[in-house]
Amino acid sequence: MNALVGRPLVPGEAEGEVLYASEPLSFWGGYDSETGEIIDRRHPLSGQNGAGRVLVIPSTRGSSTTAAVLLESLRSGTGPCAIVTQGPDLFVALASTVASELYGTVLPIIALEPDDFGRLRDVSRVRVSARGRVTEVR
Amino acid sequence: MPHKLTIADRAMLEGDSGPGTALAMSILSRMADVMGAESLLDISAAHIDSSLYQGPATLEFAERLADGGARVRVPTTLNVAGVDVHGWRDWAVPESWADPARRQMEAYERMGCRPTWTCAPYQTEVRPAFGDQVAWGESSAIVFANSVLGARTERYPDLMDICCAVTGRAPATGLHLEANRAGSTLIDLSDLPPELCEDGSLYPVLGHWAGLRAGSKIPVFDGLAAGPSEDDLKALGAALASSGAVALFHWVGVTPEAPDRPTAFQGRAPDHRVVVRLADLRRARDDLGSGLGLEDGLDLVVLGSPHFSLTEFGVLAPLLRGRRKHDGVRFVITTGRAVKALAKESGALEIAEDFGAEITVDTCILTTPMLPTQIQSLMTNSAKYAYYAPGLLDRAVAFGSLEDCVESAVCGKVVRDDRLWRDG
Repeated sequence: MNALVGRPLVPGEAEGEVLYASEPLSFWGGYDSETGEIIDRRHPLSGQNGAGRVLVIPSTRGSSTTAAVLLESLRSGTGPCAIVTQGPDLFVALASTVASELYGTVLPIIALEPDDFGRLRDVSRVRVSARGRVTEVR
Repeated sequence: MPHKLTIADRAMLEGDSGPGTALAMSILSRMADVMGAESLLDISAAHIDSSLYQGPATLEFAERLADGGARVRVPTTLNVAGVDVHGWRDWAVPESWADPARRQMEAYERMGCRPTWTCAPYQTEVRPAFGDQVAWGESSAIVFANSVLGARTERYPDLMDICCAVTGRAPATGLHLEANRAGSTLIDLSDLPPELCEDGSLYPVLGHWAGLRAGSKIPVFDGLAAGPSEDDLKALGAALASSGAVALFHWVGVTPEAPDRPTAFQGRAPDHRVVVRLADLRRARDDLGSGLGLEDGLDLVVLGSPHFSLTEFGVLAPLLRGRRKHDGVRFVITTGRAVKALAKESGALEIAEDFGAEITVDTCILTTPMLPTQIQSLMTNSAKYAYYAPGLLDRAVAFGSLEDCVESAVCGKVVRDDRLWRDG
């Protein structure tokens, strides 16, 4: 895969295994902040663990509490190491921003163009840069 | 920062109103950039979902603001809390949860928020007027404020709603701007059988179905002879905001921005047009249940997500009068403390309690760990409860109408009247 360049909503660097879904995810009722497990039983990633992974989802959905659940997971160290979305997602950007204010954590958030998003479908590992580059790591 | 801050915004950012307000403005202005706003606008009210205790981080955030002197600048209501401060000992809530949850409630009260503790503040509080700019949290309340009241709010996440309230400002973008409030998808209901359209259980099912398809778009419902009630619209919106990220819908002839179809779309053509068939809704209704079938034993019937209204108490009372629930089933109604007081005055509360109902206020089964492990199966008429219970509570769920829920509570097992949902 050629490197993709998105908009860094919250800049930072990270590298990890990709957890990809084409379906939006609500963290509230969808992500266990104590373990990192994805617990929305209707979601294709149900049963997978997001801790330390590069979570690639088009957007969040549903509950307003999604940002709070992601914040809790960042405090407990069970959050993803980066989140890549299709277009800007306020909820994940907010959680990352508040976590950096409260705990000094860095969770890079990158918004890709719609056409680029699907290219991560079959990629297993990526690195993200502070300028919004997403590069495959082999 | 790329967007324009006023002198007053900048003063808040620089700490003139204390460190709590500075933190709020700092977060708010960064989120305004994420949202692509060119400036901030004044809001006249706020509803705060951040009051929900999720763990130590949400408490630490609240106390950082409150200890830093942050105070709300506009009338601000509070969403459900992490604990029913009076009734939690009747349930399985551990002390280790109740204590920090209560501290978090106190932090929001210290910031000057009103202790309303409900996800449906529009049932008893002063409502925002048509066109008012507000900052609301809580997905089901947001969609109600935008769609049914015609107030203007973005879909604010927890942690951000309070930043808007303490600064009195919100990013001037998204659903705050009229041009972004036009309908996008036409959902044509004219093919549905008329009897179903008069049944309250249509609305949560329709919302669940449409939310999965609409994502964050703005659906426009049209083609139904009977007009939905306010409680129907509450149920529809909560479902749309659970399976989807819908923050605004229009219902032609009913909601204030949709006196007719062209107005709902602001004169443009719909992007999509979908005709809803009974078979679609039957599948959506089945999808709301999970792990629990007809005749299966039942531990709990739960009503009231969003919080049960006084009108709903009025509809429920005649179904319960003179009857008694099965001993093996608990029957819970979640509501706000203000509505509970009104239901007591109306006499409906006593009828419900004689039936064996328990009333939980200030919170709900999803937001406080109240269910004991013996409760493994539950039935509800709420799409929101049905949607979230399997993941959040790891419980089996049956979905049915209000009448089905009452009959099941009496029988001690899942019973459901499927006649309205069959073909022909």
